[in-house]
Amino acid sequence: MSTIAVFLAPALVLFLLLVVAPILVASYASVFKWNGFGLPENNVGLENFTRAFGDPTFRGDLWRAFLLIALSLVIQLPVSLGLAMLLNQKLSGRRAYRLLFFAPYVLSEVTTGVLFTLVFSPSRGLGEGLARWLGADAGAIFADPDTVLFALFLVISWKYFGFHMVLYLAGRQGIPRELTEAAATDGAGTWQVFRHVTLPLLGPTIRISIFLSVIGTIQLFDMVWVLTGGGPIHSSETMAVTMYQYGFRRFEVGYASAISMVMFILSLVFALFYQRYVLRRDTEGAITTRGVQG
Amino acid sequence: MTTTQKPGARTRSLVLHLISVAVGALIVVPIGFGVLGGFKDNGQLSSNPLGWPDPWVPENYTGILASGVFWRQLGNSTLIALATTFVVVGAAAMAAFVFARFSFRGREFLFTLFAVGLMFPFAVAILPLFILLRTMGLLDNPLGVILPQAAFGLPVTIIILRQFFRTIPAEVEEAATLDGCSPFGFFWRVLLPMARPALATVSVLAIVASWNNFMLPLVVFTDQSWWTLPVGVQAFQGQYSDDTARVLAYVVLSMVPALGFYAVAERQLIGGLAGSVKG
Repeated sequence: MSTIAVFLAPALVLFLLLVVAPILVASYASVFKWNGFGLPENNVGLENFTRAFGDPTFRGDLWRAFLLIALSLVIQLPVSLGLAMLLNQKLSGRRAYRLLFFAPYVLSEVTTGVLFTLVFSPSRGLGEGLARWLGADAGAIFADPDTVLFALFLVISWKYFGFHMVLYLAGRQGIPRELTEAAATDGAGTWQVFRHVTLPLLGPTIRISIFLSVIGTIQLFDMVWVLTGGGPIHSSETMAVTMYQYGFRRFEVGYASAISMVMFILSLVFALFYQRYVLRRDTEGAITTRGVQG
Repeated sequence: MTTTQKPGARTRSLVLHLISVAVGALIVVPIGFGVLGGFKDNGQLSSNPLGWPDPWVPENYTGILASGVFWRQLGNSTLIALATTFVVVGAAAMAAFVFARFSFRGREFLFTLFAVGLMFPFAVAILPLFILLRTMGLLDNPLGVILPQAAFGLPVTIIILRQFFRTIPAEVEEAATLDGCSPFGFFWRVLLPMARPALATVSVLAIVASWNNFMLPLVVFTDQSWWTLPVGVQAFQGQYSDDTARVLAYVVLSMVPALGFYAVAERQLIGGLAGSVKG
């Protein structure tokens, strides 16, 4: 027993003190009007939450998170899946392609963000150069409220598509060859094999990749902070950016904590729901397979 | 040349190569623009953003490399990444050992607690974490970044290591115990050496996560001498916002260590990510 305690202690202390306690403090602070100094005293009940949901910026944050998730599901993840299928083919140099496609993932969001601010810089950027070369009007896509969110999405995808692709590729390589070959022998075309054999078997990987994408979008900060700071006029702001503005710039710690809690609850509810209704099938499948294999 | 290939297969392979090259270009072109842009001056960037530098201007790069600020940030990032990795892998290995090989009351509860931590968004905790660190006097102290990063890295590290520790047959442990090994002796002299590949994987993941972290060092370090590369890059961009060429050079230089590390540790990184998700 004492061995167990000794071995668990370092991890448990770190985790309770620096992960669990801050989240508890945030939930406590979220019902106070508090500037972060001294102890919170002015309990305002749920006012911070009603204020957040009445604030057009925060409501916009929620809407933008939804849009970014939708764009990822409709564009980024399918493209990653397509590229994974492509690199699963017999293709000379596919290792080099994979190495290259994954490379942006190791660059930090900050580096990526700063690089792309300059790539799309209105006067000296690559985007400007290309537009000039094509004879088009440049138009700074990060300065226009109508295009900024999509531009942000493109940069996010640039950095993360290789990550999802690598997950799918690993999942694809876990599918026994006999299955796809048997289907092909039975006369199924490439698309039919993909649609009815590969895709269902990739289910668990796809669901995990969606999960990571959603959780990542809910807490998106670095990239936005560097690329746009949330602007112009809040049109690319995210929940984490709003929280940072109130918490670290205006010292409205209570209100910022309420925003943190909304992020937390969204992640938690999504995770629990997902675990319960979506991922569960995968665990069941895994256990059954293990049973069959003996 | 494969002479047996059908013409259809050759067209197909050509199309696949074309797509791959196009996607590759989307990655290479922005980075190449940065690399070449760093060798231009701002006049050249305005008049000729696309072409080769003419003449090549190495001063942007040499100036940064000679200044010391860049090296200082590189050193800070390295120190913090290594220390974080040491703490998180050490603490997680011990916990994973207990979770994998002991049965005790509350084990599943504790493990679930850590596993749930996997989905705590870091951004949720940053504000109270900042207040906590301020109370403990850990602002402008590298421990103020190292310890929270290690704490947030625990879930994924414990999950991967526990999975690996479980695969080591009970016979190995029995034999070690018969030879008079204490649980700690088994952990230290048998389990950890056997787990070297898994330890390499989680270490690589921890290093990359620490290296790329921005929000925590941003709020913890007001003292510039502790800034890490991401904080430094962002500040440099703010400071030299009119000097695009110089900022490009700084961004490119800050990418070099990350890409170099990727070249060395690519297998652990990709294998680790794919494996951790499956587990």
